[in-house]
Amino acid sequence: MTDSSQIFHDHAVDGTHKMRWYASRIAVYGILIGWAFICLFPIYWTFTTSFKLAPDVMQGNMVPFVDFTPNWRGWHSLGLSPEALGQESTVRAEFLKRFWNSVIAASCSSLLAVVLGSLAAYGLSRFEYRFGFMRNDDISFFFLSQLILPPVVLALPFLVLYREVDLLDTRIGLILLYALTVLPIVIWIMRDQFASIPTELEEAALVDGLSVWGAFLTIVLPIALPGMVAAFILSLVLTWNEYFFAALLTSTDAVTLPVMVASQTGSQGINWWSMAALSTAAILPLIVIGIVLERYIIKGMAAGAVK
Amino acid sequence: MSGQDRLFIVTDEQISPARASTGRALIWAPALLLVIVALIQTLGRNGLMPEIADSWRPTLYAWAFFCTCYCAAQVVRDGEQGKRRLFVVPATLFVVSMVFFPLVFGLTIAFSDWNLSSVDGQKFNGLDNIREMWGDPFYWNALGNMVLYTLAILVEYAIALGLALLLNSQIRARKFFRVAFLLPLMLSPVAVSWMVGKSLFESRFGPIARVIRWFTGESPSFYGDPETAMLMIMMMDAWTFIPFMMIMLLAGLQAIPRDIVEASRMDGATPWQTFKEVTFPLMLPVSITAIMIRIIFKLKLADIVINITSGGPGGATDTVTSFIFREYRDRSNVGYGTMLAMVYLVFIVIGFTIFIKVAARWMKPRY
Repeated sequence: MTDSSQIFHDHAVDGTHKMRWYASRIAVYGILIGWAFICLFPIYWTFTTSFKLAPDVMQGNMVPFVDFTPNWRGWHSLGLSPEALGQESTVRAEFLKRFWNSVIAASCSSLLAVVLGSLAAYGLSRFEYRFGFMRNDDISFFFLSQLILPPVVLALPFLVLYREVDLLDTRIGLILLYALTVLPIVIWIMRDQFASIPTELEEAALVDGLSVWGAFLTIVLPIALPGMVAAFILSLVLTWNEYFFAALLTSTDAVTLPVMVASQTGSQGINWWSMAALSTAAILPLIVIGIVLERYIIKGMAAGAVK
Repeated sequence: MSGQDRLFIVTDEQISPARASTGRALIWAPALLLVIVALIQTLGRNGLMPEIADSWRPTLYAWAFFCTCYCAAQVVRDGEQGKRRLFVVPATLFVVSMVFFPLVFGLTIAFSDWNLSSVDGQKFNGLDNIREMWGDPFYWNALGNMVLYTLAILVEYAIALGLALLLNSQIRARKFFRVAFLLPLMLSPVAVSWMVGKSLFESRFGPIARVIRWFTGESPSFYGDPETAMLMIMMMDAWTFIPFMMIMLLAGLQAIPRDIVEASRMDGATPWQTFKEVTFPLMLPVSITAIMIRIIFKLKLADIVINITSGGPGGATDTVTSFIFREYRDRSNVGYGTMLAMVYLVFIVIGFTIFIKVAARWMKPRY
């Protein structure tokens, strides 16, 4: 750095600055990469294990094609390997049924929660209500307080109630319950969304002759759509992963993926590859959603945090 | 009343008496139908009339029909005001029917001895469940564990805040890191309990065990002794939920005006001072919110425990939820389990009230 042919050169103090800057950069990226490794390694491990055979697992081979040759055994046990796809497979039918149950339960309940929650949030952000002693704040609190209700409190009463009304082991029962659990979160996110939309927009629409609902549906909804997508995705994540209610309330017909995964882990045989394949299949949809729609998820979670 | 509305609407709507009475009829006729159906079913259950169905489905349908008509009647009866109310009414009805009824029903279950697998059915036993709970060491142990689990949130918060600060600083590939850090949140706890708990930390072939054996020469056991087992559960739960706190804190950090931070730097504050005196106090409201939501999620913790240790060794990792889950699975005693859950709810409500009061005092500006 202190070359003699150079006329202007950095002062020694600047040199230490630079050193410190590099040191801090290395520390920052070290931590970031370290944590990214912690986050991604289990996913990588599960994904690669689904292509391993028993010896590979026992020898702890890590890198495909270098340590071991990938094999479709794990996926074959789910009926999802290339050669099994052509044939009839009861395992696959079983898996697809559960997968489909999860898809329906998660998406329908999220949709229901978003519809009900958005309506309520819009009403609460625009009008003053008075139901008996309940004012707007009380109604908001009434909705949001459902958050602290732990699922166990509802679980056993629901078990008995659902048995009485014949909703045990049905998807509709799960959908209703899931919608209930995510509704407060949706209302929380959407209240913020609607509060940030100026009322002048609706006033203009009302002057032009639209009704309250007309203004809501044609003017406000399109503006609030990103927020609704965020709320929907967040609900989807929570309901897709839900295990506790599903384990209690379903037995054969409406079993969802988490329950299926859990029931397989119970039998601790050394069929790691099929477990890994099953886990991968269970988490893959959400990983894809997480990567593609990351923006919305972050938006949804950030909505309530910052006022 | 409407003067306070943020959206001010003037209408010259006149509701004709005929329309008002139609609206009233739209409420009362389905209500009457509901009562009749419920009555017929109750009589049928008690053997006083022939049963019309083997479940309470007809009553459920009548209730759904009543709710629909009630919503419609709002508009018919009250016009403009009803249209406004229609925004909130569906969600309210939904929550009331899904929470209020089960809770009230749950209270009646909580004071009874009810084994679902036996034919005896519900038997009220007064305060027996409370007495049994009082002498149940495993329940109090589970409650104690919940306190420990909740305290672990402080560590999670520190990590999440650190990561959020790093993500908010000048770094390259921010989007990659953000997505990578977010991914654990997407995974279902059940899958995590297999992926991490049962395979990564498997004591013979798991890679972590291999590394530990390579360093120390002895085989580790992750779920053998109480402390390690609990630490493992805490770690896995933290792994999935740190992203959640991180994202909220990141949003809070990004909402801090840049000029405040720059002004503090102009005044000669070191980075640490800037963080301590400027960033952290400004982040306090967001932090409280994030921690509160995290506590809410923590109190539901069960999936990982049920699937990995099922409460063991010796109840060391038990949570209230997993304990009640097993209580039901093993003895299918609905009454006792519900009582435990209700008591848990009471504890939570008390705890939260205190927390909110303290947080509100703490968050008040000191200057």
